[in-house]
Amino acid sequence: MSQSASACARIWRFDSPIQIRGSSCFWRAQSATRVSIIVVLVLPLPQLTTEVERLSFVVVIGGIPVRVNTCDPEFLSILQNRYAGFTGHSDEPEIEFDIDLQPPNDLAEDAPVEVRHTHGLWTLKRGDFHAEWEPASRRGLIRQTANPYSIDAVLRIVHSLVLAGQGGFLMHSASAIRNGKAFLFAGVSGAGKTTISRLAPPEATLLTDEISYVRRHDTGYVAYGTPFTGELAKLGENVSAPLTALYLLAQGKENRIDAISAGDAARGVLANILFFAEDDELVQSVFRSVFEFVSRVPVMRLTFMPDSRVWELIG
Amino acid sequence: MSKLFMARNPRVAARALDGEMMIMSAKDSTLFTLNRTATILWQSADGTTPLEEIVQNRICTEFDVEASAALEDAEKLARDLAGYEILQISDTPIQQGKGSGDSR
Repeated sequence: MSQSASACARIWRFDSPIQIRGSSCFWRAQSATRVSIIVVLVLPLPQLTTEVERLSFVVVIGGIPVRVNTCDPEFLSILQNRYAGFTGHSDEPEIEFDIDLQPPNDLAEDAPVEVRHTHGLWTLKRGDFHAEWEPASRRGLIRQTANPYSIDAVLRIVHSLVLAGQGGFLMHSASAIRNGKAFLFAGVSGAGKTTISRLAPPEATLLTDEISYVRRHDTGYVAYGTPFTGELAKLGENVSAPLTALYLLAQGKENRIDAISAGDAARGVLANILFFAEDDELVQSVFRSVFEFVSRVPVMRLTFMPDSRVWELIG
Repeated sequence: MSKLFMARNPRVAARALDGEMMIMSAKDSTLFTLNRTATILWQSADGTTPLEEIVQNRICTEFDVEASAALEDAEKLARDLAGYEILQISDTPIQQGKGSGDSR
């Protein structure tokens, strides 16, 4: 991996005094032969030490600190604003990315994502970014334009890969905490994730209206807030709670919860998991994780009207 | 009619739940669900037992169906699943490596 070509290649350093080599010549009387000698002049030049400040911030999602390094203060400001509420400090981040900003281009964000794993190196590509991440060294490089949605996509992919190895996952679902318990509301676009988020009572804490973050702990599953937003365009709260139930959303003419078969539960979870990699081992790991999840977390169908009374059934 | 042999593609993840077999392709994360009959065929796809024998011993003994009709349907299913690359088919026995699709 070409980490040397990091975003901060503009850092340079001349710590030693510069030696300027000059020459002069004279006629040697004895042989009348023109020779030259080298005269070394050490000039008292000011130290040419100029360092472009490496700007960093740590974004913590799902309790996993990721340090992002950039040399561009404006982009740093964009990112800090984008991930407000999810920034933190860590001397030992689990992942560290250098950003290599590229000139603006017309490459579409909706181009297909390619995620491949070769010889210990993940390569993540889309029209608007090209990233590499080496889990063993915890380091990576993202080449992208100054578009925060590009790094957003990279972070989602990397988190999905990390979670896949730990029995957790990212899910296309809204999630919220009520009475100390977390609930997920899964469904494709139009199923009602944003609607049910809008209908949440004031005492409920919204974790996300679009992409939920689920980690497996010894005692069960825990849902975390994420900055990944949907139509609501509102960042989730950076808090977590034990996951109590997953509801598969369906819009209808009444509010009701129905039990579903284990097979339907597994299919519902699999249909909503975000996973991008073409990697046999991780796909099988995610597959196994889903079956473990449905054996431990109640999965039900929630049919609802666009009416806040649906929340009387939850919590 | 030549014999047909089937083997599970090792690049898939599979799990039986409530009598259904769920299979996910690692190639494109497509999910397949097999009904009870197809699940029997999947679980019997060991690469060495001819399809005809599987139909005779596993399908015809459990379902009220004529062997010839069952074999015709089974062959069509096997070729369909092979088209999705979750099953391998051959007219000779298939050697399977470790990790071939979990048939639990």
